Amino acid sequence: MIQEAVKSSSNSFIMLRAMVGIGVLCGFLIVVAYEGTLPRVQRLKAEALEAAIFNVIPGTTQTKTFNWDGESFTPAKAGDSPLVYAGFSDSGELAGVAIEASGQGYADIIRILYGYDPERQQIIGFYVLESKETPGLGDKIEKDQHFLDNFTAMDVSLTDAGEIANAIIPVKSGAKQHAWEVDGITGATISSRAIGNILAESTAEWIPRIFNHKSAFKQGNQ
Amino acid sequence: MSSGTNHTEAKSTDEFIKGLWKENPVFVQVLGMCPVLAVSNTAENALAMGLATAFVLLMSNTLVSLLRNFIPKEVRIASFILIIATFVTITDYAIQAISVDLHKSLGAFISLIVVNCLILSRAEAFASKNTLGKSILDALGMGLGFLFALFCLGAVREILGNGTFFGLALFPDTFQEWIVMILPAGGFFTLALWLLIFNLIKQRKEATA
Repeated sequence: MIQEAVKSSSNSFIMLRAMVGIGVLCGFLIVVAYEGTLPRVQRLKAEALEAAIFNVIPGTTQTKTFNWDGESFTPAKAGDSPLVYAGFSDSGELAGVAIEASGQGYADIIRILYGYDPERQQIIGFYVLESKETPGLGDKIEKDQHFLDNFTAMDVSLTDAGEIANAIIPVKSGAKQHAWEVDGITGATISSRAIGNILAESTAEWIPRIFNHKSAFKQGNQ
Repeated sequence: MSSGTNHTEAKSTDEFIKGLWKENPVFVQVLGMCPVLAVSNTAENALAMGLATAFVLLMSNTLVSLLRNFIPKEVRIASFILIIATFVTITDYAIQAISVDLHKSLGAFISLIVVNCLILSRAEAFASKNTLGKSILDALGMGLGFLFALFCLGAVREILGNGTFFGLALFPDTFQEWIVMILPAGGFFTLALWLLIFNLIKQRKEATA
């Protein structure tokens, strides 16, 4: 009896030692890998966002980040949110404003960036920042040229009351008739409809704000 | 003396070759079917997933073999899972650091490598009982065998389902894509087809031998 008890306690110790030892070793490896890749991951993500801003606002040569504090847009400081990204052309004129939006897709949350031109009152560009949509089907929202053409001159003009005249609505593939409709993709119905809904929700909130405060978007370095 | 070295050399190449062909993890052992069916819809995804799995397999086999005398058998499975999960996490960070786009297309599947039974089965059946050198050879053979199988599926599915190979269009615009090949069902069709071919070759070989 006594001997058995001794044996099992030493067994427990060996098991504990092995598990704790492996746990510590694995924890150490993960921390090293995380710390080692972090600077590069952050730089790549910032670069990807910067590239996306240039992508959704054609003609941009310089960008500047602004923060919405509830009443007005001010140049963003570190840690501010929510943010919008203003793009300026060579001559220093506002080329457009890039806005980030997200919503539920088919597989997971889809994060997108879209460009808005307050002069023409149109959405002028669209880019998927992050999505886990089914490869080969749902991910056509990133690649299908016909779908992306929806967002080169999409009407989001405001009424006199300051609301969007025609809310963005997703329609079936090939059924697009107006500049505020999103033509869907066959085989990616849910994903393409999700994009339309995300845009509708985000534009209803942000477009009136940006349009009414468009004078706030000035290049900061004067 | 010299015959002894020859013998061990022949044996260690066996450990490597067996994973590629005779005991191919997908076509013979039919292991790790979840990633095989899920991520083989394009050749590029299949290749990246195969490489990531092979890397995790190599690292986990190495560590399990090194620690094989330190891990008591009661907690071996928990220890193996811990080790595998660690290397999967490291792979995830590494892919993020290599390319945002690659991480974008694979992100959802990388964490699933943890539950790939191929990796756990090699740790349990081989690395925990064999020396470091043999375990590394075994992992390399099995990893490459898995990569090869995944690529076979991915290439067929992308060519038929999307009309492209590594994103390059292969057919004129009039080609009607077989959408089913990209859907999960296409994975099963393609896998069955390869299993059929593989077993036919094997049977022929056995009949002539």
